[in-house]
Order: sequence, then C-alpha cells, then structure tokens
Amino acid sequence: MSNYTAIREWADEKTADKTRIVVGLGTCGIAAGGNKILDAVEKTLANNDAIKADVVSVGCIGICYKEPLLDIEIPGKPRLSYGSVTARDTKEILENIFLNNKYEHKKALAVIGDETFEGIPSWKEIPFFAPQERRVLRNCGFIDPEKIEEYIANDGYAGLSRALVEMTPAEVIDETLDAGLRGRGGAGFPAGRKWSIAADNIHTYKEKNPNSDAFGYVICNADEGDPGAFMNRSVLEGDPHSVIEGMTIAGYAIGATYGYIYCRAEYPLAIERLKLAIDQAREKNLLGKNILGTEFSFEIKLKEGAGAFVCGEETALIASIEGLRGMPMPRPPYPAQAGLWEVPTIINNVETLNNIPVILAKGAEVWAEKGTEKSKGTKTFALTGKVENTGLIEVELGMSLREVIYDIGGGIPDGKEFKAAQTGGPSGGCLPASMLDLTIDYEALAKAGSIMGSGGLVIMDTSTCMVDVARYFLTFTQSESCGKCVPCRLGTKRMLEILTRITEGKGKIEDIALLEELAPSIRDSSLCGLGQSAPNPVLTTLKYFREEYEAHILDGHCPAGQCKALITYTIDEVDCTGCTLCAISCPVDAISGAKKELHIIDTDICTRCDTCRQVCNFDAVLIDGNLL
Amino acid sequence: MTVSTQDRSALIPLLQQVQVEMGYVPREAITEIGKELHVSTSDIFGVLTFYAQFRLTPVGKHQVKICQGTACHVQGAPLIIDAVEEELGLDDAHDTTKDGEFTLEKVACFGACSLAPVMIIDEDTKGNITPDKARRMVRKIIKAQAAKAKKSAADKNNGEAKNE
Repeated sequence: MSNYTAIREWADEKTADKTRIVVGLGTCGIAAGGNKILDAVEKTLANNDAIKADVVSVGCIGICYKEPLLDIEIPGKPRLSYGSVTARDTKEILENIFLNNKYEHKKALAVIGDETFEGIPSWKEIPFFAPQERRVLRNCGFIDPEKIEEYIANDGYAGLSRALVEMTPAEVIDETLDAGLRGRGGAGFPAGRKWSIAADNIHTYKEKNPNSDAFGYVICNADEGDPGAFMNRSVLEGDPHSVIEGMTIAGYAIGATYGYIYCRAEYPLAIERLKLAIDQAREKNLLGKNILGTEFSFEIKLKEGAGAFVCGEETALIASIEGLRGMPMPRPPYPAQAGLWEVPTIINNVETLNNIPVILAKGAEVWAEKGTEKSKGTKTFALTGKVENTGLIEVELGMSLREVIYDIGGGIPDGKEFKAAQTGGPSGGCLPASMLDLTIDYEALAKAGSIMGSGGLVIMDTSTCMVDVARYFLTFTQSESCGKCVPCRLGTKRMLEILTRITEGKGKIEDIALLEELAPSIRDSSLCGLGQSAPNPVLTTLKYFREEYEAHILDGHCPAGQCKALITYTIDEVDCTGCTLCAISCPVDAISGAKKELHIIDTDICTRCDTCRQVCNFDAVLIDGNLL
Repeated sequence: MTVSTQDRSALIPLLQQVQVEMGYVPREAITEIGKELHVSTSDIFGVLTFYAQFRLTPVGKHQVKICQGTACHVQGAPLIIDAVEEELGLDDAHDTTKDGEFTLEKVACFGACSLAPVMIIDEDTKGNITPDKARRMVRKIIKAQAAKAKKSAADKNNGEAKNE
C-alpha cells in the first residue's frame, strides 16, 4: 500500500457519513453577517439536543449576492442551500429539517450537486450557476478549508502522488505543456514553458553551485492587487491546499527545494488559513522531507506583502521578498534564469497553481477538453459593479461577454442600460455594448484593446462616467507607479492631470490628442507591466466612448451625471411631496422649503454629495434635469 | 560584520511586527532594527515609505477604512469618502483627527466587491453604504465617546466628592 492510499483511507473514514451544517464564512460571507448565522446555528443546537450535526464554516461558493448562506448536508440526501438567511431563518430552517423533517423554506435556494430534491430547484436550474464550469472553484464553499482530510477526500493530493510516484519531473512538465495551461495572472505565458526554462537553469545552477542551500524556488504570486478582483482571495480562503499541492508539484517538476507564497497583507483570513494548511500538509508528510516516502523534499514559507501594487510584477515581487523596495528590474535575466537571491525561480499565480493538481490527477487530455484552441480550460472572474447577480464565477474560456453578463449576471439592475465591461483592472480596458459578443479568451480580449487580466470584471451602466473611470484608474496607476521609469512616473501624472482637468470642465479639445500622444510613449518605454499597460483604460475609453470626452470638453456636460463640477441638482416640482426628508438630511443646509410644499436646492451651497437624491422616496431629485 | 542577503529579508516582517504592536513604526524602532540588521536608517526609511501599509505617525483610536476598489468606485465610494472626511474634518493631507480619535484609511480593495460600496469602522464591516449612513455611523461613535467621557468625568467628580 502506497503512502497516499493510507492517507486517503484515513481521510475518507474521517469524513464519511457526516451530518453537516455549513455556513459560508469567506470575507464576503463575514461582511454580509455570516458570523451571526453561525451564532444562531450554535444556539439552536445548544437548545435542541435532538439535532446532531457538525457545524462547518467554509469559504465562498461564489453566489455573493445571496450571502449569508446556510447549507445542510445529511447522509443519503443531497446538499441543500438556503440563501440570504437571517438568524431567525436559521433557527426555523434547522428546526424544520431536524425536528419536523420539512425541507422547504422560503429561503431555500438550490440543491447543490447532481442529485435532485422535490420542491427545491437544482443549482443547474439557477441561471447564476447553470452556465458555469467549476474547476478552480471545485472545493470553494464545499470543503472546510481548515481540515486537510476534507481536501484529501475530494481527490486532494492525488495529483501530487501521481507525479511523485509514477512520473519523472520531465514528464510532469510535458503534461503541463500538453494541457496548454497559460498563466492566469493576466499575461497568459504558457506555464509549462516557464517551468521547462527554469528546470534547465536549475540543472546548470546545481552543477556550478553544488553546495548552495537552494537550487530553485517556486513562488506563488498571491498579491492580488487589481481593485475589483477577489478570485485569488476566495481560492486561498476556501481551498488553500490546492495551491500548496500545485506548488509542490511545480517544485518537483523544476527541481526546486523551496517555495514562497507572497500574499497580500490585506487578506488576513487567507494568510491564517494558508499557515494552518502548510502545518497540516507537513504533518501528513505531504510537505517537508521525503514527501510521501519519496526522495523529493520541499518546504513552503509564507511572506506577507506590504501594500504595493507593483509587487505583482515578478522582479518587483522578488525584490520585496529580499527586503528591498519592490522595484522591477530589466529582463533578461528572467527570474527563471536568475531570480530570488540569483537562484532560478518560477513565479506562478494562485489560479495557475490551483489548476495543476487537476491536470495531474485527471491528465492533460481531460483537462484540455474545455476552452478554445489557444486558451484552454476555465477562468474565474469577480463579477461586480452594476449587475444584478454579483459574485465569483468560473466559466469555460470562449464564452461570450453577453452570456456572462446577462445569463450568469442576470443583466443590469433597475432597468438601466449596459454601458461597458471593464476587464483586467488598471491594466485592462472598457469594452462597449458593441463588443458584447466578444468571446472571452486571451487573444480576443487583447485585440479589443483590453487584457484577460487576473479576472476582475466590473460592469458599468449609463450612470457611470467613462472619463471618470479612466481618471480613476490613472489615479491608481499614478500612485502605485514605483517611480523607476520616468515615462511611467511622469507620464501617468500628466495623463491624470489632463483627465482631472476634463472631469472638472476645464479640458481643451487638444487634450484628447495629447492623451493619445502620451499613451504610446508610456507604454513603449516602461520596464514593467504596470507602466506598459497603464494607458489602456484611457486608450479604450477614448476609442469606444470618445463622445463622452467631447461632451465634457465642448459642452461642459457629463452625460452620466457623475462629474461634480459639471452637474446641477434640482427638485422636480411635480414629484416633490414636501416631505422635508431631503432638507433634514442635507449636510450643508442647501435645501429649503416648507412642509408639504416644493423644496428648492441652493446650487451655490450644494456640494453635490448626492444625499438628497439617495434619501428621496419619490424620485424627485434630478441631476441636470434627469432622473438617474 | 556583514549581513547576509537572507537576513535582509527579515526587514519587512520586522517592520510589520512593530506596526502590528504599535499601530505605526516609530523612529526608535527604525534605529533599533537598523542596528540589528546592519541596514542604514535611510535605507529602512526608503522601504517604509515605499509600501503603503506602513505608517510613520500614530494611528487614531478608531479606524475608518473606506474601500476604493473599482466596484466601490462605480457604486459611489468617492461620495462616501467626501462625507466622512467632512464629518471628521480631514482632507488628503490629514488622515487622523487632531484629537487622535479617528484615522481614515482609503484602502485599495477589500475584495468584498459584491457588497460595494464597503466601509469598515474598527471591526465592523458594512456593505451597500450611502454617504448618509456613513455619516451616521461616525456620529454614533462620536456620541458614544462623548457619553463615556461625560460619565467618567461624573464618576471622577463623585469619587472626589466622596473623598472629601
């Protein structure tokens, strides 16, 4: 019996036939009040001796707009999920199920899994889940991320076992190459090719430095810095072992002895769960010396980032681990040639590494069945912004933007119209309605002027100002520019000044040409991806929404009604009931009017804080004469 | 004595530890760490000012964090920032109130985008916030603080009265 079989048997036994009450406690679940649900579960159990179940907290299953979630698993029955639950619902649901054998409830959301249950729809019938293909998120929201046995019982570490026991390192690299897995951090470089270059360099390094402490490093880039993206956080919080397994397989493939996980300090829960997972893996001999009884040894250390977007860039990340300012270096030499402390190093994103165990466990051929010819597999996205169903999703590459936004996302809320989809964060671009049928793959997105990026997908409606969005991203890249390359340091600053000027109504028509002149200079003369891609949000908005720039400059008008200097708030004389709510709420006392009479806003005093419009129950507050 | 390159990698974790304990990195800590790791003060200062996480000034008693991520931005985060800054009398150059009660931190992204816009006061995370709600959350803390101060002043007076 191999070492893995023994571990698997232990895990299966430990997890078999359990009645479980599951609460989603990823960061978003906690923010939505998940802890109150957990308290309610524990209280109900304490008050009812007849209810016997394990209480389990899991990571995010992705359906964020239905948080907090409560799931019930009873042996012999499918897993039932209840959404948007309150503490009172929790008590009711648990007592109904365990004391009265009644499963229906107004908050019943879906049956999770392949089975069916009368009276509750299958998750395959829920539009949010139906078109999704869950591979990266295979365990997120299903297993307790703090229990290694649950990961193992779901085929966890099977890929590592196959690699170590049945394959040579070269065969592991070939399998990854065959799968066609491309880097999920955004740029899309083939993972297998990166590994193969590193493996050759490690071989040479070993010959030259036989007494070195380390011959190669595997770094997991968990410095998810794009604002509006949380895919990596969810994986780290919900399935930390998948990343550890992926790194260990990578280590074996290239001949590395150490791994580092460089994780954002803003993700405290992810860090906590990673630390625990590393300890558990070590305890079960899935990490450390002579893994699974083989010759291969590998250690993983955790490094917390300190809040610098540029550290997502490989050479800057390495500088940061070395204790320096995280500034990029010219390449070559590439990290695979001379990386951390000049030792050959590979850096892979969380999602890339998470895919590795699946490739090894199921084989490259099965893995590559999904996707397009050049973009294989699936991709996770954080679907957010002005869309009905927000959440973490995973789709087969090649799906159209329209399917993602309208089928999974459920379209635009409040009957408004779609304006743009933003992919790739500050390095990406804004795609207009005419591109809704674009397929999601590396080439198509790049051709449209955006990038795949790490997976942020922010939807914008007609109340989003595209000039302001460009200004927003430039504010970000300008403040995150490390300052090393002059075109990036000063170029982004000048671009930001121009964009700010336009949003303030002080722009000139020549400014558009100036932006178009600055963009290629910044792109072509910056060392790293931050500067090279910083102009993308400006270029795509200029390309697809030029008329909005012109409206700001020529007409002094913000079509979306967002740019404070260009808008005026008024109260509609027909709809105003004189309820006084706006006047009471106005922080600067700019609204006057007697009870039950029309109220008036003094535009000289008004700060455009939008409070009156948000508190008005009668849609009587207008921006530039329009109801937004 | 020289420092090995690997020792140097302890610099950022050490600074992070100081910040966890003190809320900021005081000057004395910089000197101390510099001596320990044989890294010059100016070098450490360079690292400290490079990373957004580090503070060189003390942090307020209550921490207000507002998310500036893309999803929060399009859902109105700038208006929330304006409202809280006005309520607390802060601006771009001042992130902590003069009485040391509040620090406002504008965070790149919490990754709780589906609840946008998001604000965290101390440990309390609130999603779907509006400028009005944000103001009220801040006022509630100020009010509670004032009530507490009044009570402790009264207790003190009572105590003194009893002693007399």
